[in-house]
Amino acid sequence: MVEEEGFRRYVAHVILWIGIAIVAFPVYIAIVASTQDNALIANGQMSLLPGGHFFETYYQTIFVGTSGSTREPVGNMMLNSLITALLIAVGKIAISIISAYAIVYFRFPFRMPIFWLIFITLMLPVEVRIYPTYKIVADLHMLDSYAGLSLPLIASATATLLFRQFFMTVPDELLEASRIDGAGPLRFFWDTLLPLSRTNMAALFVILFILGWNQYLWPLLITTRDDMQTIQIGIRKMITTTDALTEWPIVMATAVLAMLPPVFVVVVMQKLFVRGLVETEK
Amino acid sequence: MQKQAIFQSKLLPYALVAPQLAIVLIFFYWPALQALIQSFLLQDAFGLSSSFVWFDNYLELFRERAYFEAIVRTFFFSFAIAVSSLSFALLLAVMADKPLRGSLLYRTLLIWPYAVAPPVVGVLWIFMLHPSLGVLSRYLRALGIDWNPLLDGDQAAALIILAAAWKQISYNFLFFLAGLQSIPRSVLEAAAIDGARPMRRFWTVTFPLLSPTIFFLLVVNIVYAFFDTFGIIDTMTRGGPGKSTETLVYKVYSDGLLGGNLGSSAAQSVILMIMVIVLTGIQFRFVERKVTY
Repeated sequence: MVEEEGFRRYVAHVILWIGIAIVAFPVYIAIVASTQDNALIANGQMSLLPGGHFFETYYQTIFVGTSGSTREPVGNMMLNSLITALLIAVGKIAISIISAYAIVYFRFPFRMPIFWLIFITLMLPVEVRIYPTYKIVADLHMLDSYAGLSLPLIASATATLLFRQFFMTVPDELLEASRIDGAGPLRFFWDTLLPLSRTNMAALFVILFILGWNQYLWPLLITTRDDMQTIQIGIRKMITTTDALTEWPIVMATAVLAMLPPVFVVVVMQKLFVRGLVETEK
Repeated sequence: MQKQAIFQSKLLPYALVAPQLAIVLIFFYWPALQALIQSFLLQDAFGLSSSFVWFDNYLELFRERAYFEAIVRTFFFSFAIAVSSLSFALLLAVMADKPLRGSLLYRTLLIWPYAVAPPVVGVLWIFMLHPSLGVLSRYLRALGIDWNPLLDGDQAAALIILAAAWKQISYNFLFFLAGLQSIPRSVLEAAAIDGARPMRRFWTVTFPLLSPTIFFLLVVNIVYAFFDTFGIIDTMTRGGPGKSTETLVYKVYSDGLLGGNLGSSAAQSVILMIMVIVLTGIQFRFVERKVTY
């Protein structure tokens, strides 16, 4: 082992804690601000220690919303975000795993062209096709709907590639064995392949859930009704251009609530998260 | 590479790819094609008729000063975000790679910002550095800096870069740590036996061995700066003041929002598409190299 002197180790600890402090500071400020009085913050007198308005602010944020014209309970926004994120994550996994299954376990005309069609979508993120996509969704009457929020984002080249790679490593003997047992293609998929893919699906789910929850540009375009807003859109609308009217404690409470689910997922399912992140980048 | 054991079925495979294929065609290729066609057309003011104008939309775009500035700005932002975030993350990863007590706790405490959405990042940072009520602005003013990112374009740009780099630290840290852990200990031990001091060991052994990771992260960070900063910019500055924080993606969005020139907006989209194709191409070439390494 390479010797590390005690002093160097000490330095490493100090640098890491400074790094952690820098990383955590903005969030600490948000939490502190969400417990303080708005007047104090608006005067630039915000204290760096928590105030006494925790329950009051969070109650109002979740169940009532801001007192301005776009009042909408953040609880409802969180529900919209949750539904959207789950639809995106589950949808991407479902349609990708079945298309990967078709591409690996069947030979059919246009197999490779179809694979390439899916693969090339990697190069067409929503940012480069903003308005034409918006027009299609509008023509299909999907504005302000969960279908509109999730469907256009649900194709996944990465997930398809990942499952394809994984299926290639599954030994052929498994298929032969289940064929001897009289299982057809759907049976083999359901009883053998799906259980084997469980860890991959879970790792992918963690990443895709965060991705779905954090969507911004797309929901910004297609939601016009306040009750269909996701939390990321809601928080933007809370910051009014005339600063005096912005209710900062509520904005900060919303920021904290917007961070909570994805950060919780990362911390609690860290192993799956790291695995998913590394796998999807390959 | 192909599977030997397969199923025979005429219709089933098509049924299985159908959902993904439908979404890809309707929501990806059709709009992309529309953008491409639109970029060669010139529409009259009422949108009633359009004529084919070859590359006029593109030529006009490149003559537009604002577009040229947006390109330069986007590349500058990408570079600044990538370099600052990568160097800070590398420092932390090198520290966390040492056999320290509590290294798993350190990792946990450093990776969670990955999960914070860009618009929320924007809100957090504008609040801290808001000219009239930000907690940090007080100190900047005490230092004699006339801090007002809502009026000063350079300060606004600095704020965007800072916030965007902050969010990316965790991602870079995680990949650097993985890269460092894959360097064989024996190589470092050999260098130590040869009498190389830790600093020298880092620059002559660790850093070169880490270069594939650095290159990979550089590309990922540039893609991130191009596209994912949209939410940060939109909640912090909305491209302003003036146009001092308007990136290429933000320009497509805000030009289209004003309902302006369809042809120009389509041409901008096509140029972005080409940039993504180039960046993804670079990324894949590299990944292939890593696999055969």
